[in-house]
Amino acid sequence: MSGNSNYVPKSAFGRWFESRLPIMGLAHSSFVAYPVPRNINYLWAFGAILAFMLAAQIVTGVVLAMHYVPSATLAFASIERIMRDVNYGWLIRYLHTNGASMFFLAVYIHIFRGLYYGSYKAPREVLWVLGVIIYLLMMATAFMGYVLPWGSMSFAGATVITSLFTAIPLVGGGVAHWLWGGYAVGDPTLNRFFSLHYLLPFMIVGVVLLHIWALHVAGQNNPEGVEVKNVERDTVAFTPYATIKDLFALSLFLILYAWFVFYIPNYLLDADNSVVANPLSTPAHIVPEWYLLPFYAILRAIPDKLAGVVALFAAIALLAFVPWLDTSPVKSAKYRPLFRIFFWAFVVCCVGLGYLGSQEVSDATTWAARVLAFGYFAFLIVVLPLLGLIEKTKPMPASIADAVLAKKGGPSAPSAAR
Amino acid sequence: MAAHRRGRANSIFRPTGRRGRLGEHLSSAAVENPNRRDFLFIATGAVGAVGVGAVAWPLIDQMNPDASTLALASIEVDIGAIAEGQIVTVKWRGGPVFIRHRTKKEIDDAVNTPLSELKDPQTDQQRVKRPEWLIVVGICTHLGCVPLGHEGPYGGWKCPCHGSIYDTSGRIRQGPAPLNLAVPEYAFLSDAKVKIG
Repeated sequence: MSGNSNYVPKSAFGRWFESRLPIMGLAHSSFVAYPVPRNINYLWAFGAILAFMLAAQIVTGVVLAMHYVPSATLAFASIERIMRDVNYGWLIRYLHTNGASMFFLAVYIHIFRGLYYGSYKAPREVLWVLGVIIYLLMMATAFMGYVLPWGSMSFAGATVITSLFTAIPLVGGGVAHWLWGGYAVGDPTLNRFFSLHYLLPFMIVGVVLLHIWALHVAGQNNPEGVEVKNVERDTVAFTPYATIKDLFALSLFLILYAWFVFYIPNYLLDADNSVVANPLSTPAHIVPEWYLLPFYAILRAIPDKLAGVVALFAAIALLAFVPWLDTSPVKSAKYRPLFRIFFWAFVVCCVGLGYLGSQEVSDATTWAARVLAFGYFAFLIVVLPLLGLIEKTKPMPASIADAVLAKKGGPSAPSAAR
Repeated sequence: MAAHRRGRANSIFRPTGRRGRLGEHLSSAAVENPNRRDFLFIATGAVGAVGVGAVAWPLIDQMNPDASTLALASIEVDIGAIAEGQIVTVKWRGGPVFIRHRTKKEIDDAVNTPLSELKDPQTDQQRVKRPEWLIVVGICTHLGCVPLGHEGPYGGWKCPCHGSIYDTSGRIRQGPAPLNLAVPEYAFLSDAKVKIG
């Protein structure tokens, strides 16, 4: 799909440079001439929003690292100093903490959009798997970042997540000591988490570049789930059409982000994390950040330690196999009436598990979590393979242009305007 | 071009003139009649593998507990001031250890529990050196939280994280934890002093 560019630099220097390093031509074919399906909706803007959030997290994070001290005795005080003494420290830290939540909000919308419109199907399997890897790296990065303030919830979170590895038979205890650098979470743990929290975002950048590369080889999916057949009729140029649309969606998203930062900056944080970590006591009610709650609920729903940990990791790992679990050749849920029902049931399971993960353990929440966890796995392992065999799909349009024109009732301008 | 070059190299280094790709170096003919290139290929690979391992191990092992952490192996605690029924938490190896001065009822509850009710069967006698003193590592065997004392239906401990319940002998009774609270190595130095570790 790339290679639509016939970019020729205007200046003599540009031509001299281009013949030595054709980077302007690459940028032009990737972000200007790149053909975008003309029917994509605002859900497709979340890729650009995510790219922005990644950049924002790196910029604010690098600045915070100039003031933060990764030491068990000094970390908590250094966060207080950032909040009270460093010029605009409060703003930069709130941008970073709320930025993580905004990043996850955007990635969840992005993932559910991919599921709904079948964006993981051929020829986009590798694109999807790269996305799952990014999601995993994001969770690891966010988890380690949450440990850095060294509040009591930071400490409890670090203990619980690293203790997941003690469930591994035989070597589990040794693995945990290796991760901690001691007999419990402590100073060495904090130091290495800081080092990795700084490293992983740049690994995310690397995988994001692969993700975009794979996207530009296969081309974008679209709400109809019909591949581009005629570039002239079915697509518009990335710039200005997608660029401006993405920027508009980003501005709306930034309003939400700013609202959190300036009006309710601590809404998503836990009050217990304003108390310094104490290895001798655990807060009465520990919860992870909201974006990890569904997996936490799955862990708690299973009474056996090893089985619970296996289920937690399986819930994430299974996502990478969705392209092969879904046997239906039809991509978009628009033409899959049964899939559409199960998709929304799956969304309810995920959100419900998230809610239950935030509640204190009782018999009722445990049983509800078991039902919803069953639904989560059943959708991925049973429903996706089965629907491809039994579902009667609706007739699909012959092309993207046909679908658009049928809706608008006449020829539309963008493709001609090019 | 590359193939051409390799062909020429073969004609210099391999008098037999056999044109082999890299993968064919270990073919039966080559094994029976190894030449200098095969030797260099295998020797370089072997040294490379050892070298990667020799560099990787320090990079992995540096994360293990260091010498200063290992040195903090034991502590001495004065238990004379701990009242009956009281639980005191002390820090050992960076984590909590519970020292519980058990009441008569708590001891009886622990001793009279049939082993068939236990997930990780151990008698109370196996877990204490003196019945009135229970000394256990205060880390839930599920995912490492610190359980709260005098909580739960057995009056032992309850973990705030995932609801594991322990009895007055620190044995797991309900919830996801698989094992009893660990008993550390300890010795009574006198009636009022215990050494942990």
